[in-house]
Amino acid sequence: MGFGVNLNFSQFVPSIPFILEGVLVTLKIVALAALLGFALGVILALFKIGRMKVLTWFADAYTSVFRGTPLVLQLMIIYFGLPQIIGFEIEAFPAAVIAFGLNSAAYISEIIRAGIMAVDKGQREAAMALGIPYKSMMRDIILPQAFKNILPALVNEFITLTKESAVVTVIGAMDIMRRAYIVGGEKYAFFEPLLIAGVIYYILVMILTLLGKAVEGRMRKSD
Amino acid sequence: MIKVVDLHKSFGKLQVLKGITTTIAQGEVVAIIGPSGSGKSTFLRCLNLLEEPTKGKIWIGDQEITNRKTDIMKVRQNVGMVFQHFHLFPHMTVLENLTYAPMKVKGIAKAEAEAKGMELLRKVGLAEKANEYPNRLSGGQKQRVAIARALAMSPEVMLFDEPTSALDPEMVKEVLEVMKSLAHTGMTMAIVTHEMGFAREVADRVLFLDGGQLVEDAPPSEFFAAPKSKRAQEFLEKML
Repeated sequence: MGFGVNLNFSQFVPSIPFILEGVLVTLKIVALAALLGFALGVILALFKIGRMKVLTWFADAYTSVFRGTPLVLQLMIIYFGLPQIIGFEIEAFPAAVIAFGLNSAAYISEIIRAGIMAVDKGQREAAMALGIPYKSMMRDIILPQAFKNILPALVNEFITLTKESAVVTVIGAMDIMRRAYIVGGEKYAFFEPLLIAGVIYYILVMILTLLGKAVEGRMRKSD
Repeated sequence: MIKVVDLHKSFGKLQVLKGITTTIAQGEVVAIIGPSGSGKSTFLRCLNLLEEPTKGKIWIGDQEITNRKTDIMKVRQNVGMVFQHFHLFPHMTVLENLTYAPMKVKGIAKAEAEAKGMELLRKVGLAEKANEYPNRLSGGQKQRVAIARALAMSPEVMLFDEPTSALDPEMVKEVLEVMKSLAHTGMTMAIVTHEMGFAREVADRVLFLDGGQLVEDAPPSEFFAAPKSKRAQEFLEKML
């Protein structure tokens, strides 16, 4: 018995389209979760900087819980646990979107809160002095400046989300990871399909990184 | 136009304003001077409630702005403010800085707001910068845009909080010129400043604050020639 490398990629070529179909599943989960996480994250961030103590407390508690427990646990509670309470099953796909959305909202709210705090307080005063209402001030003056500063951190969060989405495998969603695992199981060889999955994830992350840089470049036009 | 009665302001235990009473008439230009820490900026910032008074009353026109029922946002639309550090909106062009609030707050149509914005930019000599972003402007230009931005709301009162203190010396004059021509239009102005020459030339009255109190209130000719209080004498000796 030798320890020679015994890899055979050619037998997996027919399975590549099957694995690639998972890209769409992964992207759908990530995109929807990112939207949900971003929307919730903005709301939570506004709660955190607002004057209403109850809302601040709620947003802080929310962040603490979702950052303080494993993502895979949150996912499994929603997929396996929640039906016990609500009385009907949740499909793997919506369960994944909800779990990742709720989880990333906690991180995104912290990023946005920091971004808002970093905007010069004179901006707020100038807006107040002009009689601009709070909502318009936040939407048109404070948040656009905050987003410019936090864009790298946000892109980072979306990259994390893309990679972490691989844990949906545990609830059986047919993403890249799950498909690679199935193919491995069929052929009793896991190294090659998992490596293929790794390459796909890496390419996705690189595309996200480039997109982030492009958006950042556009937003810097006022500098 | 502006009436202030027994105005107090404390930050925690620190008493910054200790009972100021004065009035500023329609069309009057008032220079507020005093040593740093005298409370002059805080006084000015109380006039549009950027600082909430601890005690005392303020009227702008016939509205008591210290009354909780008064809609302070409405009052602020009528009271322009110019800051030491300009605080232009950096993600908007110069013209957008001027048109945003009139459109958003007063519901003025875009074309009208832009026409008025351009007219104001011409008045402050910066029409050719309309489509630049603020970061491309010099300090003096930024402050002139900030003045135009405040004027775009057609306020009845203008507050200036050390408008030239953050500028390089060679840019002070261009800003003071704009303020001077504004004073000639009959605008009611309250100006916190260290520019004694400007105060002497343009102001109708000088308010001298020290230690949170209004120590002197006199026309500039009197104040600069013969200050009554010892504190004002000492202050002027250091400044001139």
